[in-house]
Amino acid sequence: MESNLSWREYVITRAIRASGYSAVVFVALIFYFLLREGLPALTEVPLGDLFSLRWYPIEKYFGILPLITGSLIVTIGAGLVAVPFGVGTAIFISEIAPRWAREILKPLVELLGGLPSVVLGFLGILVLSPALREMLNLPTGLTALTGSLLLGGIAVPTIVSIAEDALDSVPRAYRDAALALGATRWQTIWRVTLPAAKSGVLTAIMLGVGRSIGETMTVMMVTGNAPVLAATPLALFSPVRTMTATIAAEMGEVASGSVHYHTLFFIGIILFLISLIVNITASSVVFQSKKRAERVLS
Amino acid sequence: MNANRYLLVFLVFILAACSRTSSGAAQPGAAVYIENKGSDTIVNLALAWAEEYQSNHADVRISVTGGGSGTGLAALINKTVGIANASRKIKTEEIDQAKANGIDPLEHIIAQDAIAVIVNPQNPVSQLTLQQISDIYSGKITNWTEVGGENRPIVRLSRETNSGTHVYFLENVLRLGQKDNKTLFSTDTLLLPSSEGIINEVRQNPNAIGYDGLGYVPKDLKMIAIAKQDGDSYVLPSIATVNDKTYPIARDLYMYTAGEPTGAIKDYLDWIMSPDAQAIVAKLGFVPVTP
Repeated sequence: MESNLSWREYVITRAIRASGYSAVVFVALIFYFLLREGLPALTEVPLGDLFSLRWYPIEKYFGILPLITGSLIVTIGAGLVAVPFGVGTAIFISEIAPRWAREILKPLVELLGGLPSVVLGFLGILVLSPALREMLNLPTGLTALTGSLLLGGIAVPTIVSIAEDALDSVPRAYRDAALALGATRWQTIWRVTLPAAKSGVLTAIMLGVGRSIGETMTVMMVTGNAPVLAATPLALFSPVRTMTATIAAEMGEVASGSVHYHTLFFIGIILFLISLIVNITASSVVFQSKKRAERVLS
Repeated sequence: MNANRYLLVFLVFILAACSRTSSGAAQPGAAVYIENKGSDTIVNLALAWAEEYQSNHADVRISVTGGGSGTGLAALINKTVGIANASRKIKTEEIDQAKANGIDPLEHIIAQDAIAVIVNPQNPVSQLTLQQISDIYSGKITNWTEVGGENRPIVRLSRETNSGTHVYFLENVLRLGQKDNKTLFSTDTLLLPSSEGIINEVRQNPNAIGYDGLGYVPKDLKMIAIAKQDGDSYVLPSIATVNDKTYPIARDLYMYTAGEPTGAIKDYLDWIMSPDAQAIVAKLGFVPVTP
């Protein structure tokens, strides 16, 4: 009996360890594959051409700057929409709403997160883009703004769900203490609960933004896909082409091993690096805040 | 709650998958199975042919999918389809790849198509020369007043670069068919991933100009009459004007097979050239090839 137990223990420990390592191995393999397929672009396309302003691959124009700025402006726009709405909703659900409302709201928001992005894209084409064109008197409604609003909608459920969990796990005693000291409800939320849940809320924002920069289908349908450099914030009101939409639209027909193919993978590397930077920045902030919290508690 | 939700999503996927397979794919009893993939321009025509052919040949199953000419030819080169549909000629680099894979692609002209230039019905402009269309798409003309319309900015719509229609339009309209002409689409041209996207935007946006295969233009959009040169008469696209060669933007549509077709694929292609099949071509707004 005893030996049987230790044998099982051994297998289970190993299995858990293997699945833990496998995540690292897969990321490493994916990165290796991306590098192997993408780096040749650096030698095949002169650097000056690669970082130029024209993307028209069937005539050998491989300028990826418009694609990078396109992705950035759509993602920043989505963040501006999703962060206030997402964190606000999380605070409302966790701190303000009565218990029965909370039990309805949270599953509803999570259901929204399960909405396929292509459905949102259809809504964007048929409803949002004509409405924006008429309201803002734009030449066309297929703009970065349309993409930002929809991506914001996609990021909100992620942010709400995780931020609400974080706020919920702040001990009851923190709020009671603040209220006992005479703080108003708003002061309690803003000065005590939210800072205490800071790392969870930041993780929520990071995952939400990460989801919007990687989102493909919706942006391909509503941003117009015109590879124009987004140099000023005003570019939010004109069509842009994002990196993800470019890869999705062009990978299907590209001849494997060609310059165009390598360049598309190079764009993949850049996307990978951008999400890596977002992750590292966010986790370093989270790490710092933890140390401060520990200092306060000790 | 969560488990139920995932179960629901899962069931929806299963249902979607079932409905997919039962409509187009092989049934257990079917003897022969033909995969047909490629140009989105041809996909409706290919579907109509496949349906008609299957109703007379119970032993043959034909599965038709779109994705673009490049996608179809790539699939032919990778030996995953029997017939590739293309709205452009195969490129030399694609022939080279096919040869490297041991395939000798064979071309069959199966129909003709005219490309219609479309605008919103509210737009008063109804005729343009090829040169004007080229200038609009290359960005030299940016306001409708320059071609006799209202004071509105021009929003240019195009298919994505993997579309055969895009390449054809670039070579024969933007570059006016001149080999040494290096005109490009203006960078702010909207590249939309589907015909439906272009039609949708033109329908609701009075600033827009787009192009699409004649067979795809719905009745509520306005087609532009086109003159080959300044001084020529303006011609609206129709089966008659494509056949008498007066409409300037018309092209052949192709099916490619890996080498000389044999067996079921040969029978199918022979049938496509028959008057019965070519009657379907005319019905869908394309132009038949055999008299």
